[in-house]
Amino acid sequence: MDWFLANWPRVIDLAGSHLYLSGVPLVVGLVLSVPLGWAAVRWRASYPAIITSSGLLYTIPSLALFIVMPLILGTRILDPFNVLAAMTVYTLALLVRTVADGLSAVPDHVEQAATAMGYGGLRRLFGVQLPLAVPVIASGLRVASVSNVSIVSVASLIGVSQLGDLLIDGYQRVIYGELLTGILACVVLALALDRLIVLGARLLTPWQTAGGGAA
Amino acid sequence: MIRFDGVTKQFPDGTTAVDDLSLTAPTGKITVLVGPSGCGKTTSLRMVNRMIEPTRGGISLDGQDTGRMDAAELRRGIGYVIQHAGLFPHRTVLDNIGTVPRLLGWDKKKVKDRSRELLEVVGLDPKLGNRYPTQLSGGQQQRVGVARALAADPPVMLMDEPFSAVDPIVRDQLQDEFLRLQDELGKTIVFVTHDIDEAIKLGDQVAVLRVGGTLAQVAEPQYLLAHPADDFVADFVGKDRGYRALQFEHAPRLTLHSEPSVVVGETPSSRASWLLVVDDDRTPLGWVEPARVGDRPVASEDLHRGGTVARASGSLRGALDAALSSPARRGVLVDNDGVLVGTVRAHEVLTAIEETERPERDEDDPVHGGAMDVSGERG
Repeated sequence: MDWFLANWPRVIDLAGSHLYLSGVPLVVGLVLSVPLGWAAVRWRASYPAIITSSGLLYTIPSLALFIVMPLILGTRILDPFNVLAAMTVYTLALLVRTVADGLSAVPDHVEQAATAMGYGGLRRLFGVQLPLAVPVIASGLRVASVSNVSIVSVASLIGVSQLGDLLIDGYQRVIYGELLTGILACVVLALALDRLIVLGARLLTPWQTAGGGAA
Repeated sequence: MIRFDGVTKQFPDGTTAVDDLSLTAPTGKITVLVGPSGCGKTTSLRMVNRMIEPTRGGISLDGQDTGRMDAAELRRGIGYVIQHAGLFPHRTVLDNIGTVPRLLGWDKKKVKDRSRELLEVVGLDPKLGNRYPTQLSGGQQQRVGVARALAADPPVMLMDEPFSAVDPIVRDQLQDEFLRLQDELGKTIVFVTHDIDEAIKLGDQVAVLRVGGTLAQVAEPQYLLAHPADDFVADFVGKDRGYRALQFEHAPRLTLHSEPSVVVGETPSSRASWLLVVDDDRTPLGWVEPARVGDRPVASEDLHRGGTVARASGSLRGALDAALSSPARRGVLVDNDGVLVGTVRAHEVLTAIEETERPERDEDDPVHGGAMDVSGERG
């Protein structure tokens, strides 16, 4: 507590970077996984290939991915963009399957009704399928947000600052206050993101919370 | 007019769902496709709006080949109602109803007004407009389904077992209202059901399909009941078809007897063995046995409610049932407002039945005999 009180401006600063480095990829990853998940559902034959290959991305060790990114993207070693790109890959790995599952979970009779009303292509995706997939996608997004908050701390090893700095510095210099602050700040951040997603999903799905029961 | 011309549907696994179906659904009429499961009735229906493409043959809509139309556009011009309504769970009732108008690009205000109007047309409380489908009962959802199909005022409606998932009382009510609505709207409707009673009640024309997707017979319901083309159809229309056919014969021919009655709450003056009890508006409530009531006023508990009440302008079936079910053996008939007009005895109904002509059998074409004449139609 003493350590936090003495260093709180820096902690807030690092938490801001942490949020930026884990949150932006969450959004970008979600946007990218929608077309991929949709394609996997739309063309059933592509489902195993898309789901398996995107899932495999998650098995790449984060340190390795952070280091490889400059080679792939041609960016500078210390560019935070490397971290953003790598985190997007992890988000994608978790969300493509979720989006595909969410889209396939739309009830059959609703899909049929949509077809019969003359819904096609993008209007069907955005008007019927995605809104109904929100609960499933939100649950995947919650997992991805926690995973991102956790993984991104490794970026301290390649010199991109965020809360991970506290963990490494606290460990190397044996400052328990700093270590504890780093851990707690990550947990708080993860919980905050989680709440935010739950709240967002609730706002997007008013029909799920509307009082049930027949009139 | 919808015309099936030698339509065959084979699925990739080799099953033939529909086999060389030729059928015409006349403009402004209800054509019911009925048959056991596996007879291809739903497949046939879905080929009309091209949710399923035929393997061979073609379907035309007012003379236009549907195969050449843009599928999505074709569908927006055809109302579609399915079992369990298939409402969009994430949209309010009003937004569900406005689906097709929105897809057609109507402006927001017009969509909203039209949706509100339809809510009323299908007999739903305007307050329900902002609810979500899960907050409605099955019957209410089905009404919303019908309203949604009617929203863009399509000339053609396809209905796939729309009333089979609701309980029998609600179903009966929905069917009656559907017929009343159709009287006003005069849509060209193809209606799929597995329930022969529903087919006979709703259809201007009934097509019986057999397993394997062949047409067993198409005819007006009276004709179907009187002259089933073969054993399959005879079996399918059921054992009590003779009785059921009576629902097409109207009762006005009957001579009614005036019936002494007592208003509930008054003391019966007659000593007849059965006395009819009515309310202040002369709506029949039931029968009482004056001998049991004695000198006290007739109370609600004294009523014998076993007898059915038929409308004088209704069918012979209703009149006969009223007579058969009445404890007094006198069937109670009322006018359209439910006011007592008189009673009739079973043998009088039977006499009326015997004087009724039955539809004549067409010896040349047992399958299409008795079907609606569409030769004079456009297209």
